[in-house]
Amino acid sequence: MGNLDLSFFTWDLVSKFLVKGFLFSIELTLVAMVGGIFLGTVLALMRLSSFKWLAYPAAVYVNTMRSIPLVMVILWFFLLIPFLTGRPLGAEWSAVITFTAFEAAYYSEIMRAGIQSVSRGQVGAGFALGLTYGQNMRLIVLPQAFRNMLPVLLTQTIILFQDTSLVYAIGAYDLLKGFETAGKNFNRPVEAYLLAAIVYFVICFSLSSVVKKLQAKIAIIR
Amino acid sequence: MNFRWEWEVFLRDTGGGQTYLEWLMSAWGWTLSVAACAWVVAFVLGSVVGTLRTTPNPWLVRLGNAWVELFRNIPLLVQIFLWYHVVPAMFPVLKSVPSFLLVVLALGFFTSSRVAEQVRAGIQSLSAGQRSAGLAMGLTLPQTYFYVLLPMAFRIVIPPLTSEAMNIIKNSSVAFAVSVAELTMFAMQAQEETSRGIEVYLAVTGLYMVTAMTINRGMAFVEQRVRVPGTIGGDR
Repeated sequence: MGNLDLSFFTWDLVSKFLVKGFLFSIELTLVAMVGGIFLGTVLALMRLSSFKWLAYPAAVYVNTMRSIPLVMVILWFFLLIPFLTGRPLGAEWSAVITFTAFEAAYYSEIMRAGIQSVSRGQVGAGFALGLTYGQNMRLIVLPQAFRNMLPVLLTQTIILFQDTSLVYAIGAYDLLKGFETAGKNFNRPVEAYLLAAIVYFVICFSLSSVVKKLQAKIAIIR
Repeated sequence: MNFRWEWEVFLRDTGGGQTYLEWLMSAWGWTLSVAACAWVVAFVLGSVVGTLRTTPNPWLVRLGNAWVELFRNIPLLVQIFLWYHVVPAMFPVLKSVPSFLLVVLALGFFTSSRVAEQVRAGIQSLSAGQRSAGLAMGLTLPQTYFYVLLPMAFRIVIPPLTSEAMNIIKNSSVAFAVSVAELTMFAMQAQEETSRGIEVYLAVTGLYMVTAMTINRGMAFVEQRVRVPGTIGGDR
């Protein structure tokens, strides 16, 4: 043990290899989060709908996505998108689409639990006031569901950030790839992977501490 | 778009004296063994760490918490690379260890932090009276855990452990990154060699789903057999 040499780790390396990857990881996380929560909410509303033709496809979609390993989903989309559209799509774009579609399934389960956690009386009161279904959802149910589920949604986003490293499977250039490339170029793979682990740990650990604080703060006193 | 199924691809020879179907089956075997071995590691370590986090000793609790935070906040793929590249460089004894074993350790340690969370939650969901009653009977703390708390806690945490067991099957797919010949690795290589990606991916995806479903049913059976009488789930 010992003989770690971190001297190769310079500002030059950071700007050359890491910034690009880091920005892509963040971009992928944010896009998939926003898109995933939006689609996930739609899926959750579909699943809770009394129309079978809406509920059933949403349930199939969510359950299928949740029972396949993410790496396989990434490979599937990377194979299918060019096959269906007829032209190749870069690994980065393919990753963005995949993660949005994949995370939507997980976010939808969270949103479904959130919507179901709103008491029936709220919905009844909304209808009694003459609100339509859409108004009821938009003004009464969803704001409460979001608030109740905010910590869980953010925790899922941290998991999403960790999962972005799996774009390795299709060779997209993310934070991990940045470290790997730097390690290869300087012939220092051990240090590069170690640094990658530390960077991921610091980011995820601080984010989850923030989520914990937030959870204590926004808990609704009933 | 003119697509035609070509399932015969699985009967083709890989060039190594076996058909793609045989390779697929052996890949399934690798997936199952990686997941099963990692599950043993995760279950044992997770139970110990989860239990430590509920003991009255603050240092044991801190140790348990640090364990969980460490293995939960680093992506699995990065952890696999750590075990594969960094750990052998630091401890040369491990240089000759096959990558199968390193992946089992990586996946096992990673999952152990999740199991530990569930076990801790299970123990803490028991009423404090159970622990006090055990101690008041004159049992030592370890005895209280072995005879009173853990038998109850493990039966309560079966449902969340079921989803962890299903997750470990899915997560074993990350082993492709260090060339363990499991299903995802097969999918990537067979796709490349045969250009019949859709058939190959469908077969692999199907096997993943069958495996997860089997675990789900199996654990449901276990859950039914060890149900705690007198609880909501235990009536019937």
